[in-house]
Amino acid sequence: MTTAQPNFGLRHFRAEREADWQRLETLLDLVEKKSPKRLTNDDLIELPRLYRATLSALSIARETSLDASMIAYLESLSTRAYFILYGCRDSLWRQIGEYFASGWAAAVRGIWGEIALIAALLSGSALAGYVLVATDPAWFSALVSPELSGGRDMQATAEHLRSTLYDRPEKGGLEVFATYLFTHNAQISILAFALGFAFGIPTFFLIAQNGIMLGAFYAVFVPKGLGYGLTGWLMIHGTTELSAIILAGAAGLHIGRAVAFPGNRTRFAAAGEAGRRGALVMIGVVIMLLIAGLLEGFARQLIVADIARYTIAAMMLAFWVIYFMLAGRPQRG
Amino acid sequence: MAEREARRIRELVTPEGVVLHLRLASAGSRAAAFSIDAAIMLAALIAVTVLAVFILGGFRTFGPAAIIWLLGLFLLRNFYFTLFESGARAATPGKRALKLRVVARDGGRLTGGAVLARNLMREIEVFLPLIFVVSARAEGFSNRWLALFGFVWTGIFLFMPLFNRDRLRAGDMLAGTWVVENERPKIAPDLIARPNPRAEHYSFTPAELAVYGQFEVQRLEEVLRRDDRDAIVTVAGVIRRKLGRVDEGDDRAFLDAYYAAARLHLERRLLFGQRKRDKFDAAS
Repeated sequence: MTTAQPNFGLRHFRAEREADWQRLETLLDLVEKKSPKRLTNDDLIELPRLYRATLSALSIARETSLDASMIAYLESLSTRAYFILYGCRDSLWRQIGEYFASGWAAAVRGIWGEIALIAALLSGSALAGYVLVATDPAWFSALVSPELSGGRDMQATAEHLRSTLYDRPEKGGLEVFATYLFTHNAQISILAFALGFAFGIPTFFLIAQNGIMLGAFYAVFVPKGLGYGLTGWLMIHGTTELSAIILAGAAGLHIGRAVAFPGNRTRFAAAGEAGRRGALVMIGVVIMLLIAGLLEGFARQLIVADIARYTIAAMMLAFWVIYFMLAGRPQRG
Repeated sequence: MAEREARRIRELVTPEGVVLHLRLASAGSRAAAFSIDAAIMLAALIAVTVLAVFILGGFRTFGPAAIIWLLGLFLLRNFYFTLFESGARAATPGKRALKLRVVARDGGRLTGGAVLARNLMREIEVFLPLIFVVSARAEGFSNRWLALFGFVWTGIFLFMPLFNRDRLRAGDMLAGTWVVENERPKIAPDLIARPNPRAEHYSFTPAELAVYGQFEVQRLEEVLRRDDRDAIVTVAGVIRRKLGRVDEGDDRAFLDAYYAAARLHLERRLLFGQRKRDKFDAAS
């Protein structure tokens, strides 16, 4: 006959440590519900110690105790603490600062091959669109939907086309127009990025379609002697917008390439790495499109002199190129 | 049932060398969490619009409402999930309600890029199928088939979590993340810390204590914690029959006594490295 007797201190195991576990739980609640800033210096020193103590208690409990409730509790507590300690990140503001100082430009430089390819595709398809419409004007209605062209087609007079480039809008509503342009373009570019997952093929189509429409419009305006004016009208925001579209397409293609040709890594690992880098590029793309939407919605409607439009276009382009080439590069010497 | 539960368990080894078990969220709870989030997004937009009407005292033009909806929808659609999942709890309100969180599959840091990538992919998982559904309703018959085809194609992305073991969305695959359950079990009082005074006169022979193993003792623990009369009567009857004891009444006291004795017996053997997993385990 045996009776229930204390077991080499096993019964004290829990009593001795329970206060620590509860302390850890309060600290974790504080971090998760409020903010890590609420922790005092003492708490910060204590958190890793409590985590290791709990983890070691978990190991001991698994080997020596049959108290299922305690083991489940310790496991959940250790997991929470693990993600707080090892999954920790910089504060949001710090992350944002670092992103603009180096992260974004570095991500863009990481996909320069795709950028070159997409840029070539965009200009190639623009050229194709131009040649198609210039040789046979019937192509225009096939390539550009009537809502988009808004009367700017092959039959339009030079005066009408000129008025679309230089006339101030009669009615207000610029802010709605700018908002619409921004959200619409940003959504399309995010779609182009996300579709890269399907080996990048839909991305190619989206980019080529945009390029062809661009070329088709040139074919309408150039024969009327308005090519110079159209370039100013387009490029005041276009240097920013087209760069953003190229970046979005390149980010999508980057994923598609990693999925199709993962190299030595597993397909999952390759896609993951490409996806995280592409996503970094995309945040910047949205910001660029916001700027482009403002330029298109306001600046283009209010500034009508060609030379001013060209100046803004060139300045924006120079800014982006220099920023992406230089930002966050390790300094020499 | 237990086997299906076990299939959702994944192991994570901490740098200290301890194995932690993560349980993947089921597809159902993921869908429920998303529905809650979608409802919150819609409610937020309507609330902002109503608020704007009050502040501006009614719109003279269509403009402000259009801007709120265009910009609000865009921001919510693309950044609602990202913003919440970047926080310390790595979960949107919907996920919090269902006790889920996002973690990196390798157990490392959940980077901002990963959170972004997994949420930008929602564009082809959720919004692209929606576009096809809407256009199928708006277009004529011939295009309806095209739209249906488009919907099926995008459906591949929408239902992807159902087609892989790890319940990964396309966004999870891309970002290297998965969604796990984040339950917070409370620690229940130790059943043997305060012995039942009515149970003191019971004693058991080593043979009687060796009948059951760890599995049965932990099920008994569950029964005692639930403290359901019917279950206690049934379980006490089963154990008495197994041990060949006569019914002396007071089932609760009997179970308390047997639980304490069996657990201490098994725990003592654990200290010597002998684990009896269940009653069929003849190893010890």
